[in-house]
Amino acid sequence: MTRVFISRDSTALSLGAEQVAKALEQQASSKGLSAEIVRNGSRGLFWLEPLVEVETSQGRVSYGPVQVEDVAPLLDAGLLDGKQHPLYLGNIEEIAYFKNQNRLTFARVGLTDPVNIDEYLAHDGYRGLKNALALQATEIVKQVTDSGLRGRGGAAFPTGIKWNTVLNAPADQKYIVCNADEGDSGTFSDRMIMEGDPFVLIEGMTIAGLAVGATQGYIYLRVEYPHAKIALNQAIEAAYKNGYLGENIQNSGKTFHLEVRSGAGAYICGEETSLLESLEGKRGLVRFKPPLPAIVGLFGKPTIVNNVISLASIPVILDKGGEYYKNYGMGRSRGTLPLQLAGNIKHPGLFEVAFGMTLRELLYDYGGGSASGRPIRAVQVGGPLGAYLHEGQFDTPLDYEAFAAISAVLGHGGIVVHDDTVNMADMARYAMEFCVEESCGKCTPCRIGSTRGVEVIDRIVEGVQKDKNTVLLRDLCDTMTYGSLCAMGGMTPFPVLSALNHFPEDFGLQSAKA
Amino acid sequence: MQDYQTQKPTVLEILNTHQAMPGNLLPILHGIQDTLGYIPPAAVVDIAKSLNLSQAEVHGVISFYHYFRETPPGEHTIRICRAESCQAMNGKALETHVKQQLGIDFHETTADGIFSLEPVYCLGNCACSPSITIDDEVMGRVTTEKFDRLLATYKGAK
Repeated sequence: MTRVFISRDSTALSLGAEQVAKALEQQASSKGLSAEIVRNGSRGLFWLEPLVEVETSQGRVSYGPVQVEDVAPLLDAGLLDGKQHPLYLGNIEEIAYFKNQNRLTFARVGLTDPVNIDEYLAHDGYRGLKNALALQATEIVKQVTDSGLRGRGGAAFPTGIKWNTVLNAPADQKYIVCNADEGDSGTFSDRMIMEGDPFVLIEGMTIAGLAVGATQGYIYLRVEYPHAKIALNQAIEAAYKNGYLGENIQNSGKTFHLEVRSGAGAYICGEETSLLESLEGKRGLVRFKPPLPAIVGLFGKPTIVNNVISLASIPVILDKGGEYYKNYGMGRSRGTLPLQLAGNIKHPGLFEVAFGMTLRELLYDYGGGSASGRPIRAVQVGGPLGAYLHEGQFDTPLDYEAFAAISAVLGHGGIVVHDDTVNMADMARYAMEFCVEESCGKCTPCRIGSTRGVEVIDRIVEGVQKDKNTVLLRDLCDTMTYGSLCAMGGMTPFPVLSALNHFPEDFGLQSAKA
Repeated sequence: MQDYQTQKPTVLEILNTHQAMPGNLLPILHGIQDTLGYIPPAAVVDIAKSLNLSQAEVHGVISFYHYFRETPPGEHTIRICRAESCQAMNGKALETHVKQQLGIDFHETTADGIFSLEPVYCLGNCACSPSITIDDEVMGRVTTEKFDRLLATYKGAK
């Protein structure tokens, strides 16, 4: 039986992968060919999806992008034997876009059936947990600290320090909460790992539980990701069945329970304290800090709140050691970051690489420039609260500190590309409007400031007292930056001011660089 | 709109099964909306009673979250992504076109009750913008022509 891989990833499905899988199954069986269709995650080369990979005697051979009408000619050409065809791509792992990555966290995504625990085990799965079970809690935390891992959700706080705080907080109950409320435009790495290798997240959370003595975990998943929910629940069920979750994990006497909870379309719930409020069944209003969630978190108990990619990076660290992970990267940005190329880009997709590559290399060498073929004018990195970068900044290395030095954020590694048809005053206005829409409303600078921000930008663009209103906009941004309770209001000025500073002509201003 | 008395047993059943769950309000609201398509305003009384909350608190939670709705949706819900990545790929033109084709604005339902239209901020399909969903199905690289074809299929399937 020849194994054929067709993705179950949302993006592949959005391009017709389901129909291709069905057509292939039907047509193969009506031709009397024996093919077993495996629904894998995506390799992340989205311009080639739906991608069909075939296991042959010469290794895995790919074809793409495959549409339903291509299925018959492909089968006739000898798809199941890896024969030539115009859509033939050879071994996908040899394509530069894939080959030049450092896939640590995404090692299995696109390779295996995501919800098959035997395949997970056969591809180094649960080796990290096995090691962790043999270690003391403090030793697990030490490995994580040594790895240099910083939270991949955006704030880049050292994960080891957070874990250590929870470890040392005395309590009868502690929690592990996975922030899977990835709501930033241009980000999809959380979604891809949850759909493409859910066990790695489950393993990471289980290790986190062992590290700090927490027996219950929650994955707070955004409601916009129905396919991720299905994959997670299938994997959780398999993990329970095979003794990797629940009581007495692998006869160790340790317990860890895990459950998926759905959000309800509120961006602010990606902020950790809003998320905890939401998990408790309340409106997602931001909490004052301190106390930190590590001390007083979910239901008032010490809680680790980590992003999906942070937790999914844990198994490889515990498998190969903190030092191994730390050897990737530059400066204080250690390990790898799964970058996401989106928007107006020719070769969009997921690209996991050690910190330090420049944006230009990524945009042109791998991304292939804009999809429209027009010049790239502005690139927003790190989601809707990230700064817009102009061409002169494309040589900045992807590193937390290098980005901070140019008043930008690397955040979650989401990269949204705009060509020269973009109007940056519109994008600045949209950033404020988004804040109006998504503010939790608890603090005034964010709630009122964003509404006034939209009005002030409108006045500038209309030419009403331009200079005076520009000063007012800067002043307002200052108030939001320093007066907001959380990043929603505090970072909305990043896209707004970067648009104003780098692209003043779109606001009807003349190179009024501040 | 349906009479709440016919829906009440469903609501009570959902409340009953979630009794012991910590932080159960969101799972309960999801359960009701998944089953009935929306959260009937009259259900707030029962939810509040069951969880020992005030009706204002329950209403406050329902209205805080964009996803929850208190009116019945059309047969199919179309969600259009309005976020930056989709904007970079002509998402705004698509949004205008969809509103025109359906003859409705966001948060409205067509007169024939077939389609409801909702905005959404990111479907995680940013690599293939612009994106929409029809019910639970995500669609990428949606042009105005592709949308018209999709609309025709859904109307045909009706």
